[in-house]
Amino acid sequence: MTEPLLSVRDLKTQFFTEDGTVRAVDGISFDVYEGEIVGLVGESGAGKSVATSSILRLVDSPGEIVGGEIEFKGETIFGLEEDDAGELRPRDEMLSESEMRERIRGREIAIIFQDPMESLNPVFTVGGQLREFIEINRDLGADEAKEEAIDMLREVGIPAPESRYDEYPHQFSGGMRQRVLIAMALACEPDLIIADEPTTALDVTVEGEILEMVTELQEKYDTSFIWVTHDMSVVAEICDRVNVMYLGEIIEQAEVDDLFYDTKHPYTSALLDSMPRPDRTVDELRPIQGVMPEAINPPAGCRFHSRCPEAREVCREVHPELRDLSEEGEPVHTAACVKHDAFDVGYDESRSIETQATGGFSAGLTETGGEAE
Amino acid sequence: MSTNSATSDDDTPNGGDESGGGPDEVEARVGLRYTLKQVRQDTTARVGSYIVGFMTLVAIFAAFDYYVLNYAIAEAVLYNPEADPEQVRRLLPPVGMENQFGEGVIEHPLGTDHRGRDLLSRTIYGTRIAMTVGFLATAIGLGGGTVIGAVSGYYGGWIDDVLQRVTETIYAIPFLVLVIAFMTAFGRNLTFAMIGVGITAVPVFNRLIRSRVVSIREEDYIEAARAAGVKDRNIIFQHIIPNSFAPVLVQATLQVGVSILIVAGLSFLGFGAQPPTPSWGQMLSASRAYMLPAPTFSIFPGIAILITVIGFNILGDGLQDALDPRINN
Repeated sequence: MTEPLLSVRDLKTQFFTEDGTVRAVDGISFDVYEGEIVGLVGESGAGKSVATSSILRLVDSPGEIVGGEIEFKGETIFGLEEDDAGELRPRDEMLSESEMRERIRGREIAIIFQDPMESLNPVFTVGGQLREFIEINRDLGADEAKEEAIDMLREVGIPAPESRYDEYPHQFSGGMRQRVLIAMALACEPDLIIADEPTTALDVTVEGEILEMVTELQEKYDTSFIWVTHDMSVVAEICDRVNVMYLGEIIEQAEVDDLFYDTKHPYTSALLDSMPRPDRTVDELRPIQGVMPEAINPPAGCRFHSRCPEAREVCREVHPELRDLSEEGEPVHTAACVKHDAFDVGYDESRSIETQATGGFSAGLTETGGEAE
Repeated sequence: MSTNSATSDDDTPNGGDESGGGPDEVEARVGLRYTLKQVRQDTTARVGSYIVGFMTLVAIFAAFDYYVLNYAIAEAVLYNPEADPEQVRRLLPPVGMENQFGEGVIEHPLGTDHRGRDLLSRTIYGTRIAMTVGFLATAIGLGGGTVIGAVSGYYGGWIDDVLQRVTETIYAIPFLVLVIAFMTAFGRNLTFAMIGVGITAVPVFNRLIRSRVVSIREEDYIEAARAAGVKDRNIIFQHIIPNSFAPVLVQATLQVGVSILIVAGLSFLGFGAQPPTPSWGQMLSASRAYMLPAPTFSIFPGIAILITVIGFNILGDGLQDALDPRINN
């Protein structure tokens, strides 16, 4: 395979709060190749958004990237090395803050935020903002940038872009604003667009249109996407490969069809079971029992064991790392669950334990007793 | 742009003439043009703007006559507001009234002061001092407060702590004491009165701007701007400050009125404009001794201060409503 466009290795981002260190992203690795849409899936609080802001080095205090490596087109966005005294320090070839700002952010990697209602500055016209972004990132003059901005608005399907150029964000509907944000991201012709739950705030019909448009534009411009979402149906719709995150870790990585039809991790299965599917009739939806534990003090062993229907004693003791479970000749499909033979830690001999998912806790939410282990 | 904010996808209010827009197209809901348009639609703001506009015109006229013509117009139409008249008629009442010093005469429609100078003339020319001081002191406070507040709010951390403690220290000292101490140290004239009052206004704007910056900094569109590679400086001055424009403009308008009052108070205490320069505060100060025999001497400068300050306050209140997008009139 060719070199990946973006390569994230063992990325760790932590927040140093008064209550303790929150390990929001705890050693994730994934690649994005050219022209690919890569999904990043997980529940709220799994660390998806922190992971994406880490890629742009936009993590604010008290958060900090504490380890790992991010390479983009052969350049080091983040990387540490040990100096003579054994202290970690940024590597020399790591891009400086001003290089990040001038060369990477917006130009090479653009980001589309979750809430289109909040991502446009309310006191400026839509066109003015789009023009500013184009001016900054493409070194165009004001007039050229304006033409380009109007073209982009037309491209993302805004009717009468010349007159809508002079309107304010509050005069646009949610779907229209999301189109503007996509125009903004595409306008600077980046190689990679990070879409942070861009359709979550929209209603389903608009979501469908936007997804269709993104697929079209993606083919046209050959841009790569990292698509952050918690919605498995969106994943099925547009992603090529998927990373499933749970509590700061990636627990399953696969091509999209494999993930849906040959699910390897109980958490992914649970996610799929919790969503309505037209191809299966179920009496009732099965939500994932319990709530995600705090990332300050994650459970020992497999982090999902407290909510896992298939948990056994060994799950409490062994912390599984991602392993390739695919058969010869198949695309890579990794998962971090000891129930698979590849791990060989004695899962089959181990005794089942009661968890929130097996009913031992009475679903955990209704009764608080017995929570302690 | 239409005043209704309803969204329609194909029916745009100003469709078709975008090519004629050019450099003066309205790209922001901030700035002078937008403000003027809003003020026209709000009755309170309009009344306030008339008063302030009138006072400003009078002040400009007075300044022109003083600096350029050396009171030529004043002498031709009325009397020189500074020089003692040749024929001294002290403390005359307004025309049509009578007091122990005599009867009002038509030459001095509002009467005369304790040195026989024309009160109408002095009141008109006192506008210059009041307005200059009001605007400049506010400008000093606004400029200083904006920079300190924006930097402090955007960067946070120790920068924020240091800047806020310093401005709070200024805030903690009673402003009259501060201004008088300042003038005692640097000089007892109007310039330092102005600078002193300006400095006392810095914490007001600093707090306002800082609180706006702190809340706006967390908005998604600021994050979006950072992710697009916009510089910190441009984020502060192009994205954050314009979002604070409305409350700052309102505060600035009110602050002009406050500054006028403070400087009038300083003049009353003898720390402002020095005689014979006509200023309202100093006129009030001089009239103290004649309050009972000639009350009109103190009433007219008092009314002038009252109208001006109320004008700014009404304008400030009106602006607050006019610039609030949630109030749709």
